[in-house]
Amino acid sequence: MIEVKNIIKKFGKNLVLDNVSALFYPGKVNLIIGRSGSGKTVAIKSMLGLHNIDSGTISYDKRNFSSMSKIEKQNIRKEIGMVFQGGALFDSKTIEENLMVPLIMFSSMSKEQMVDRINFCLKRVNLENVNNSYPADLSGGMQKRVAIARAIVLKPKYLFCDEPNSGLDPYTATVIDELLKEITYEYNITTVINTHDMNSVMQIGDYIVFIKEGKKIWEGSRDEIMSSSNKELNKFIFSSEIFRRLKALS
Amino acid sequence: MNIFSLIGKYFLFIKKVFSRPTSVSVFYKSFLNEVFVLGVSSIGFVAFVSLFVGAVVTLQIAYNLENPLLPSYLIGLATRDSIILEFSPTMISLILAGKMGSNIASTIGTMRVTEQIDALEMMGINSASYLVLPKILALVFFNPILITFSMFLAILGGWFFGDVSGLCSTTEFLDGVQYFFIPFNVVYAYIKTIFFALIIATLPAFYGYFTKGGALEVGQASTKGVVNSSILIIIFNYLITQLLLN
Repeated sequence: MIEVKNIIKKFGKNLVLDNVSALFYPGKVNLIIGRSGSGKTVAIKSMLGLHNIDSGTISYDKRNFSSMSKIEKQNIRKEIGMVFQGGALFDSKTIEENLMVPLIMFSSMSKEQMVDRINFCLKRVNLENVNNSYPADLSGGMQKRVAIARAIVLKPKYLFCDEPNSGLDPYTATVIDELLKEITYEYNITTVINTHDMNSVMQIGDYIVFIKEGKKIWEGSRDEIMSSSNKELNKFIFSSEIFRRLKALS
Repeated sequence: MNIFSLIGKYFLFIKKVFSRPTSVSVFYKSFLNEVFVLGVSSIGFVAFVSLFVGAVVTLQIAYNLENPLLPSYLIGLATRDSIILEFSPTMISLILAGKMGSNIASTIGTMRVTEQIDALEMMGINSASYLVLPKILALVFFNPILITFSMFLAILGGWFFGDVSGLCSTTEFLDGVQYFFIPFNVVYAYIKTIFFALIIATLPAFYGYFTKGGALEVGQASTKGVVNSSILIIIFNYLITQLLLN
């Protein structure tokens, strides 16, 4: 479980996160939603320690991450997988080498065991025979799947994804969403996903936090969204005609 | 950002770079890769420049020593000293600052803007040490080899073109090259080379590592890295010369 309590983050005088609190449970797909520039990415990067928060606490299973030393944070990060918006694959390395980086660094596996684990993870994300390809040889959707495979290669307890289906066609975006949901349930991972894609919200969101201008406006489940009377949330979620019709039907 | 906070940020970065590598075997592999990518790949370029500049130095010295009272072996002696003291360690290092510096800054800068450095940090890897330390040690190890190679080829070029153009015979040139040789000059050249290698590796890496934005900023980081490392090489060239030769 990840607990975020009253976090505040400023860049200069610009308040980006204003007293945000949330609880993210294991085995659930937790979504942080909001418009572009609402503070979603800063929230995730703060939870990962890539940004230092100005106040508040972030705990991973009761371990206070915000007060940890750099080395303690590095150790916690070995339990975290992250899928970046652009994939962030190492472009000078092959797919196999990309997945091997965390294994070489933090596992005591033999070369054969590492290759087995890599093949297992690639198969899990429905990719095979790409071991010797370079990221530039793959499509955007395949790169995202490699990024997911790299994120789970060390069997993480926590998985973070920053807009995992941005820039993908609707079908591939659905495939990625389904994959993240399956992995979360299968390995009982605490998954936190940033998104502004309403298809993802309706399809995989178990627990949803809505952020606007750095403030938490609403939280709840996917089903509760449909019946919510929160004006800000409704304005964001039902901004398109198709979702307004869906709400009317429900 | 003022100059003092920039210097402070640079030394904090260096402290992070010189922390213990997460995995020694990975570090060793990266080190060998950098020796090849940054060092071995520069051999042809250094050879070409050294050969021709050595020839030009010889021709210019011969042009300035037209007085019949001055012995011709002075051409070999002056060529040797110009090359060992200044041309190979300083000029080649300046040229390498352009070639290697832009490579280092743009590689690391691109990794920063495409979140690859964040990905390394997320894996619990000290990204500065993982990316920069192998480059520093590769240059400190290989640049003295490149400079030795440059010295040899520049003198060879001077001898060959001096002889072909009839300005200085082989015997006279080789007499001059051996005459009044001071071994400390070579030590001085290596000390300079190692200092310059540290500048060439760390400054562009620093600008690349803290790049923010996109392709434009990567280009700017690369330019800043090359220009500032060239300026520092010139300044340190003076300081080291003042300390060691005066």
